Amino acid sequence: MALLEVRGLSKSFRGLRAVHDASFDVPQGTINALIGPNGAGKTTIFNVIAGVYPADAGAIHFEGKAIHGLRADQVCAAGIGRTFQIVKPFAGLSVLDNVVVGGLLRERSAAAARRISLDILEKLHLGPKRDLPASSLTLPDRKRLEAARALATRPKLLLLDEVMAGLRPTECDQMIEVFRGLNRGEGLTILLIEHVMRAVMALAQHIGVLHHGEVIARGTPEQIVRDPAVLECYLGEETEV
Amino acid sequence: MKRATLGLAILAALLVLLPAVVRGYALSVATLILYFAYTGQAWNVMMGFAGQLSLGHSLYVGVGAYAAGALFFHYGIGPWAGLWVAILLCVLLGLLIGFLAFRFGISGVYFALLTIAFAEFTRIGFDHLDWTGGPGGMFLRVAQRDAWDLAHFRGPPLMYYYTMLFLTAGAFVLCSFLLKSKAGYYWLAIRENEEAAQALGINTFRWKMLAVAISSAMTAIAGVFFAFYYNNLFPEQIFHISRSIEIILGPIIGGVGTLFGPILGAAVLTLLSDGITELLAALGWEMPGIKQVFYGVVLLVVIVFLPHGIWPGLARKLGLDR
Repeated sequence: MALLEVRGLSKSFRGLRAVHDASFDVPQGTINALIGPNGAGKTTIFNVIAGVYPADAGAIHFEGKAIHGLRADQVCAAGIGRTFQIVKPFAGLSVLDNVVVGGLLRERSAAAARRISLDILEKLHLGPKRDLPASSLTLPDRKRLEAARALATRPKLLLLDEVMAGLRPTECDQMIEVFRGLNRGEGLTILLIEHVMRAVMALAQHIGVLHHGEVIARGTPEQIVRDPAVLECYLGEETEV
Repeated sequence: MKRATLGLAILAALLVLLPAVVRGYALSVATLILYFAYTGQAWNVMMGFAGQLSLGHSLYVGVGAYAAGALFFHYGIGPWAGLWVAILLCVLLGLLIGFLAFRFGISGVYFALLTIAFAEFTRIGFDHLDWTGGPGGMFLRVAQRDAWDLAHFRGPPLMYYYTMLFLTAGAFVLCSFLLKSKAGYYWLAIRENEEAAQALGINTFRWKMLAVAISSAMTAIAGVFFAFYYNNLFPEQIFHISRSIEIILGPIIGGVGTLFGPILGAAVLTLLSDGITELLAALGWEMPGIKQVFYGVVLLVVIVFLPHGIWPGLARKLGLDR
């Protein structure tokens, strides 16, 4: 049984079909990527998993339990942390307090939540900035803060929505190391949406490709780069001149 | 932190000793400052902490005052028993408003409109409620006593001053405790970004309801004080929206979401507006409405030059913010 099982997921917005009959698994302890062109439905799938809005059809099971129909906070409490593509820091709070809010989900006292938050900030190289207001952070740091906050809820599965976007290659490599470390060291399962192929290829063991809301390919990175359907959706059909 | 604690201790000592030098009218002004500091603190829990804008806090003052007042007037039930009825009624009303708003996704200015609507409905309701005297008002028997009679909450002005000081200090301690607790973190998160808060496992509905419950309960206590301090209650006067605005001006001028803001704002506004009235009276100028004009000017100045209120900047200057 996979940690996360998505079956036949469909979601439309006012007739616009965002996701259609999507199915995939995220096995325990793996790093998985969802890729696809803009508007392929990746973030919609994340939002449905995370309980932002309900699916029109389909089922989502996490650790064997149905989580479709749960609210966002219940999904998080069940053990799924998420970041937002369009970052949503608590702008008026300090960097540390942002993370403490996440830490309080599993810690009883603010002091205990503070301790685990400081650890996480160090891991994500935000330690020196912990007392700054979150509003003063640069975009790459805000992306890190998104991840730090989600990690503080001690998820079993982490959903990363384009956390590499806007990072310089060296910063990107640093983030890759962080997530690889969390995956290997703590057994954290990760599902990421990413446009930065450098990160996808370095991290993901399994890749699913979305196109027009449908999963058109699944496999290892090696299989995906040779898949004709994937090449077609990214590079266009071969046409005769 | 050390400097702030010291400053707080000095302020508390000064307020305790104030009646030794101040009497009569000045003491009633001091009591009024504390009253607005207290109600401002109560409002601050909802807006400053949890980010839910209430423009109808006069509802809780009024219902609290009428509940305890009517029980005393009709049945001779003292304020200490009436207090619990007042708190219960106000919390239930607050939770009803909160439930309607938060369940059905009414937020921001629409939530504020809902709070105004409830206060106005209640005002009109009390205008037609003969049991409490309708628009003609309800008058509690005034028994000016020189001895403190805490059991019946009757006594000299000094007793009311100390009661209000005790309440204000209690509210301050409660709020500083709340801010450092899980509730405080969760409220601020909800205020800053509700969607992100929810994604971190916060049941935003439940925590917003808690903020409303605490805020309305605190305000209900102010209502009971109001009833036994002024001894007369009119729907027009107590439920009027200008009463709600008066409550929120202090924290806005002082600094929304800060612990000292409501206290500082109440002191600044009350002292300045009374000072202006006094000054004009001394000069022999009768100018009705000058207080409102003055409020408007002060609000404009603060909003333009100190958009976060007086306290944050002042705290930085005094080195009290760390």
